[in-house]
Amino acid sequence: MNGSDVAVSALRKSFGSFEALKDVSLEIRKGEFFSLLGPSGCGKTTLLRLIAGFEDPDSGAIAIDRRDVLGLPPDKRRCNTVFQSYALFPHLTVFENVAFSLRLRKVPNRLLKDLVMKHLSLVQLEGHAHKKPSLLSGGQKQRVAIARALINEPSVLLLDEPLSALDAKLRQHMLLELDAIHDKVGITFIYVTHDQAEALSISDRIAVMDGGRVLQVGKPTEIYENPKSDFVARFIGDTNIFQGLVVERCGDIALVEAEGFGPLLVEANGDGPVGARVRVAVRPEKLRISREAPQGGLQGAHAAAGSEINVMRGSVEEPIYSGFQTKYYVRGENGMSLVVFRQHANWSEGRPDIAWKDDVYLSWSARDAVIVETTAGHDEGGGSAP
Amino acid sequence: MKRNYGPLYAVPQSAWLLVFFAAPLVIIVGYSFLEKGLYGGVKPHLSLAAYRELANPALLGVAFRTLWVSVAATVVTLIVALPCGYSIARSHNQSLRLFLIIVPFWTNFLVRIYAWISILGNEGFLNDILRTLGVTSESVQFLYNQWAVILVLVYMYLPYAILPLFTSIDKFDFSLLEAARDLGASRFASYRLVLLPNIRSGIVTAVLFTFIPIFGAYAIPLLIGGKDSYMLGNLIADQVTKTRNWPLAASISMAVTLLSGLAAVVFLFRSRKGEAVAEVAESGMDSPGPVGRGGSASGTGGPAGATGATGLTLEVPA
Repeated sequence: MNGSDVAVSALRKSFGSFEALKDVSLEIRKGEFFSLLGPSGCGKTTLLRLIAGFEDPDSGAIAIDRRDVLGLPPDKRRCNTVFQSYALFPHLTVFENVAFSLRLRKVPNRLLKDLVMKHLSLVQLEGHAHKKPSLLSGGQKQRVAIARALINEPSVLLLDEPLSALDAKLRQHMLLELDAIHDKVGITFIYVTHDQAEALSISDRIAVMDGGRVLQVGKPTEIYENPKSDFVARFIGDTNIFQGLVVERCGDIALVEAEGFGPLLVEANGDGPVGARVRVAVRPEKLRISREAPQGGLQGAHAAAGSEINVMRGSVEEPIYSGFQTKYYVRGENGMSLVVFRQHANWSEGRPDIAWKDDVYLSWSARDAVIVETTAGHDEGGGSAP
Repeated sequence: MKRNYGPLYAVPQSAWLLVFFAAPLVIIVGYSFLEKGLYGGVKPHLSLAAYRELANPALLGVAFRTLWVSVAATVVTLIVALPCGYSIARSHNQSLRLFLIIVPFWTNFLVRIYAWISILGNEGFLNDILRTLGVTSESVQFLYNQWAVILVLVYMYLPYAILPLFTSIDKFDFSLLEAARDLGASRFASYRLVLLPNIRSGIVTAVLFTFIPIFGAYAIPLLIGGKDSYMLGNLIADQVTKTRNWPLAASISMAVTLLSGLAAVVFLFRSRKGEAVAEVAESGMDSPGPVGRGGSASGTGGPAGATGATGLTLEVPA
């Protein structure tokens, strides 16, 4: 089995007055585990259904292995789909479900039996071949659906939120199995999900979608560490967003006058010339929370040359304890509320001894803050571009 | 302690059936074992004569014709009802379309038969059109043959097939069709391999709702049909009103009831196997499933028996 590359360009699709896809272009590489990630209604499932051939786009092109597949019905495309609801045939046994496409192709009985059993063992269901799907658990149904899709030797496997109906524990387990199956068969997987943790942990690359557009494509680390927009930063995990004007540059560090916060040091790397209006994201786990003032930081003063540490004084508004960590919402003196994670890793980190209404310091390095959006301009409210 | 009054609720229906279904049935069974009276009625002497007469070749001929007309009409009804039920199930205004299916019931059964006579008759609507268009100069004889009978039977019993088919197609998970297409099935193959097996209960109900009443049809072959469409229902009626052989009418009625009942039981039993599995499957997928299914399945027995009974009661008191 070998994977295919999939290219979609300038795809548009509307349902009545609702524009599900507005000009979507993507290049998915051979053998890649590629995720389409976004909230419900973002167009990710529509895109998958267009690739599978269940719907036709209003305009645009879809090519698999550089061959145009538009107009080909689903049964003529080398894609197979794992449906969100599994869509197992209730009147057939597990064996016959998996054998369905082979029977259509009139594969001789002995070969058929071997192939079905091979694929059932791939998903560890050999012992359930003669059960009806209704007797299986959710995870088992999911695996039958995967085996049924893979037996056709597709070059692209399309997975439509395949784990959303499973409970959290099982989801983790199936995720590992999916990864193992992907390694084993080596074909292209296109995986639709609204769960950012799933997408981050399993994908080679992720396309974040919203409102019928692709906002950012990249490796999980790129998407997480360097979100290119406010939406991506907010959608992938918790984040703190600052808005403000760049007032000073010092090497690759920019000083931003942030609304509701004050002077903020940010690593700029070419983004954010003086005068630009920027949005800055800082992940909650990058923030350090302490009762004592950290050394070398600044607050309410101009950036001292060479200093890279931001500090905020505030009080704990809401501590949310969840076992391995506590999530704190801290309200700063200038009114901004920040979210911070504190891990309870070991004895040296101490117990969660910071409590509600405690006065604390938050500190973080300019290197951990990223500029997610830049609008050139001189005034607040974004004047016209120079 | 809460008492379970459940069984009490069945009293009115049971009483009704006892008086108007079981009692007449017992009378018919009784008559079939008696000697015929000279001018109708029966003489109180036990006799098997009525049953011996069942072997009469002429009677067997009518029986076979009845079977053929019933099978043909049922098959045509199914072929028309399936796509119709499918399109209603997939449409956005189901209620309106279902309403339109029911509308004909507002008009009396006999009136609708006469409507067909005025459409198909020699001076009828259809012939008028044909003559106006110049297709024919003489009237075409549409009425008074088997084909006209089958046509009107299909028309009359179509709603009884569409409704159960619609119900089961409406419950069908259409993503299964997409899955079939995805796995390489053509559109036709996906219907045949996935849709049909999964709406089996609807098909079974539709067949029973149409075949059984058609098998006992009386008025339609009488008014629309001719010599070649004389059916068992007509034979029974003639035994009562013309030949005045009430025991024979009763024994034919018994044979019709037993045969169509037996056919229904065999048919149900054979499809039950598949259906039981489908039912389990459904209960796994969505819990309210089996309740609805069980309801429609048990409903099958009721109306089927009842229509069989009306087929009989139509003739006997005539």
